[in-house]
Amino acid sequence: MSSVVPAPIARQPWSMLFPLITLIAFGAAVLYSAAGGSMQPYAQSHLVRFALFLVMAAIMTRFSRQWVKFLAYPIYGIVLLLLVAVEAIGAIGGGSQRWLNLGFIVLQPSELMKPAIVLALARFYDTLPPGMTGSWRAIVPAGVLLFAPVCLVLLQPDLGTSLALIFGGAIVMFLAGLPLRWFVIGALGAAIAAPLAFFFGLQEYQQRRVFTFLDPESDPLGSGYHITQSKIAIGSGGLFGKGFNEGSQSHLNYLPEPHTDFVFATMAEEWGLIGGLVVIGIFVLILGWGLRVARQSSDRFASLLAAGMVATIFFYVVINLMMVMGLAPVVGIPLPFMSHGGSSMLTNMLCIGALMMVNSWNRSRRARSFSA
Amino acid sequence: MIFGKRGREVVSSSILQNRFDRRTFALGAVQGGFALLLAGRMSYIAIAENKKYELESESNRVNLSLIPPRRGWILDRNNAPLASNRADFRVDVIPERMDDPEGTIDQLAELLALDPARVADVKSKLAEARNFQPVEVASGLDYDQFAAISVRLPDFPGVVPQRGFSRYYPTGPAVGHLIGYVGAASAEEFEEDGNPILITPGYKIGKDGLEKQFEQRLRGVPGARRVEVTASGRIVRDLATREDIQGNPVRTTIDGPLQDYAARRLGLESGSVVVMDCRTGDLLCMSSMPSFDPNSFSDGIGSVEYSMLREDERVPLRNKVLKGLYPPGSTVKPMVSMAFLEAGLDPAATVFCGGGLRVGNRVFRCWKRGGHGTVDMAKGIYQSCDVYFYHFAQQLGMDVIAPMAKRCGMGQEFPLPVTSQFYGTVPDPEWKMRKYEREWQPFDTVNATIGQGYMLASPLQLAVMSARLATGAKLMPRLIINPNDPSPASMNFSQDHVRTIQNAMSDVVNGPGTAGRARIPIEGVNMAGKTGTAQVVSLSRSDGKTGNWKYRDHGLFIFFAPFNNPRYAGAVVIEHGGGSGAAYPIARDVMTFMFDPQKGLDALTELEKGWGGTAQQRLNSKYAAYAAAAGESVEPVPRREADIFARVDAEARAAAERPSALADRPTTPRPEPGDEEGSAGPPPGTIAAPAPAPARVPAPAQAPAAGARPAAATP
Repeated sequence: MSSVVPAPIARQPWSMLFPLITLIAFGAAVLYSAAGGSMQPYAQSHLVRFALFLVMAAIMTRFSRQWVKFLAYPIYGIVLLLLVAVEAIGAIGGGSQRWLNLGFIVLQPSELMKPAIVLALARFYDTLPPGMTGSWRAIVPAGVLLFAPVCLVLLQPDLGTSLALIFGGAIVMFLAGLPLRWFVIGALGAAIAAPLAFFFGLQEYQQRRVFTFLDPESDPLGSGYHITQSKIAIGSGGLFGKGFNEGSQSHLNYLPEPHTDFVFATMAEEWGLIGGLVVIGIFVLILGWGLRVARQSSDRFASLLAAGMVATIFFYVVINLMMVMGLAPVVGIPLPFMSHGGSSMLTNMLCIGALMMVNSWNRSRRARSFSA
Repeated sequence: MIFGKRGREVVSSSILQNRFDRRTFALGAVQGGFALLLAGRMSYIAIAENKKYELESESNRVNLSLIPPRRGWILDRNNAPLASNRADFRVDVIPERMDDPEGTIDQLAELLALDPARVADVKSKLAEARNFQPVEVASGLDYDQFAAISVRLPDFPGVVPQRGFSRYYPTGPAVGHLIGYVGAASAEEFEEDGNPILITPGYKIGKDGLEKQFEQRLRGVPGARRVEVTASGRIVRDLATREDIQGNPVRTTIDGPLQDYAARRLGLESGSVVVMDCRTGDLLCMSSMPSFDPNSFSDGIGSVEYSMLREDERVPLRNKVLKGLYPPGSTVKPMVSMAFLEAGLDPAATVFCGGGLRVGNRVFRCWKRGGHGTVDMAKGIYQSCDVYFYHFAQQLGMDVIAPMAKRCGMGQEFPLPVTSQFYGTVPDPEWKMRKYEREWQPFDTVNATIGQGYMLASPLQLAVMSARLATGAKLMPRLIINPNDPSPASMNFSQDHVRTIQNAMSDVVNGPGTAGRARIPIEGVNMAGKTGTAQVVSLSRSDGKTGNWKYRDHGLFIFFAPFNNPRYAGAVVIEHGGGSGAAYPIARDVMTFMFDPQKGLDALTELEKGWGGTAQQRLNSKYAAYAAAAGESVEPVPRREADIFARVDAEARAAAERPSALADRPTTPRPEPGDEEGSAGPPPGTIAAPAPAPARVPAPAQAPAAGARPAAATP
């Protein structure tokens, strides 16, 4: 480490931040194109929000471990209350609602719940005596913690976010060392329950999305339109793409949601396979860094927290990319750091902030152990 | 990895840490696997399937729209357009691209100020149309209306405003039957043809008449326009345009002004005028009235208009030149005379006409109850003496007359580019046996010599007959100018015989004949002709001149001019005109127009003042009145446009098949409206021996009535 660079700067996890900022900048370029060659209305706010949330993440690194452990359940509780509030307002106002307008900000509590559930479960397994890991005490309270928000989100109804919550929660449980047998049983149970849930639990529009995913050409102008047009955008990009600002699929409005859910297709059309591999590669770097942070932590709470955050980002990325490439149904999950949208950026930066926080805990631990 | 109950006891912090390490490693491996999967999937889409998706992206981005080719013009013999194209703005809708067809149509109707009948038509067409079939909402729009639609396009998916060309028929109803009209291709027509141009919005194909016959020649080659479009169909920019190639023109033999003049001159009557060129067989005029306006048909036939035409007892939808069949009446007499001459009869041979002729125990009456006295062939023709023909027909027989009728064109179909023509009937003993299984009777021959009974002919056939008799040349009618057509063969008539007929027919008009008022008011041009009056019901039903229109006699006239060196020949048939007096003034004016257009027009202008305008003006005002009265209760237009004419054709054919009520008895001829006829009030007593007629024959009983009527006849 060169002494020319001041310590506070050198201390930052540049192996993650550098790819992340690259990705954000790339995302801004794509959004610039998606707006028809203009910083407004997407690219500028994308950059501003990132800067804002990066500051937030930097502040989070200053939190101490005890402080976070102490706040874990209260934070979870507050977010759960917000979810209930959304439901209540929706029920009173008539019709479902996902947002809570607090005047100065439009908040989507289900987004906040993604890091919050990871935090709460990490805290739970941190306090659970290791000997009880195989007993019901290890699963029932955690199940309640997990399914309370999942049910509330399902009521909205928001299948994509519910799955994201379950995925994040399940990964934390898995990494907490619960018997593998349970996960096998759980997976089998899900395999049986899924068809039942599909036919009795899902809304018609959700069912249609699944059908369309299985056979997009069956309804090329209806709900299969999204998948078909997205594949056309990616496929027509070829190896090097059509060039910056030259994407016809996005510019002529064939691609739905070119700035949010299908931003990857917008990018791939103009930057081709090369651009796509760069994006995937950057996610590999970021998530790999996150996993390393989790593994380097000797503290159970911190490692579960970090790994859960990685899983949450990972779920976003994988589902979104599979969706735009026609491997998953259209579920309405944006691509982290590229899609335009405040809630998504907030969630993902909370995850990044948590990872940076654990990273700084790791460093101070190492520093202490050196000095000791 | 699966721990049993035993294992639970030994779980400790270090074991959990160990598990965490292993499981995060597994998680990392899974994440890496997904990264590879996604990279692989993307490579597959972007590299392996690149061509396919590039094509789809291009087909998204680039909209290739066909530019409908301008149709070839239909020209008259002097290259004046009978059908041309007019630049206009139009709006079509494509049902499969519309979100809310009803709502969109309502909005369009408001923007374009369409009348409710039109809106109802468009909606019903929209409901029936196949999805890809464009439906015309309006055409002939002005630029402001066109612009109003164009700027709202993003709100109107499936609406196609276009700048294009629409078919225009300058003389409107005058050429309706001849030229036909154009319209959007039906689903059947598209399946048959398969050419994608057929379902291009704004493209129309010939539906009837020459438009249909020469469809391929008139069609042309579509142009193409490549434009970049957004998903909602808004055009971003033009990429490339290839101009269309206009279809080839079709040059007809028709004389446009004459066709229009004849149609207008028919006036309020229901009938047809055919004029042929005596040197080539060119059809100069084939007018059938009343008619429809092909201009408004080409915009899509409105149900109100259709209903009006359909309900008209004068059948405006039938081309009477080709599909009207009438007993030719006395107009066959020159032909019969020619048959007699060719059979060796001396034109000077005479017979005495006392008002009737007894054959066996029956008496056949001459139209002139008082008789013509001594009659030779010329007088037989110009005075239209029935007895002369009865007499020699009994001597020479039907075997002489029927072949001559056929040689002269009756019962024949001609090689013309028309959708259909009826060929009528020339009866002979063998035909009657085959058709009705009855023996040929003497009265059948008698009927045939005066063009009644089973005999039926179309106006076109009568014109051909007139031309062939006038020239002695086997003229074939033709509609399309073709320099390679062979000059007409000879009929192998003796020139003397031809001259005999020419002179006798000239005397009909210019001599002491039945049509003195048909003389052409031009010095040195003498028209020859022959009158005919065809009964449609027996004398007991109607006197043939007044009362129910449907029961009145048909008026016929065949003619040629100049009589000694024929240039033009033709026929005029007026349905239920009350006698030949309705027909020959029209022939006179038409021929006058041929030789001196100004004189002809002056006569017409005077008449049209009394009729309430030109044919087009009258049709328009009639439509307005009908539409106001009919309101909602109108019959819908047949879904298949081919049915529009097929229906009236079917009715006409059925009527022609029905044995005439008059065919199974001898016809009692009506008086010819000759100039001297007013004085022809014969006392019944002068008729030779009122014979006991068969009970079904009402002729003698009617004699007083007929005799009491002379004053009502045309003076």
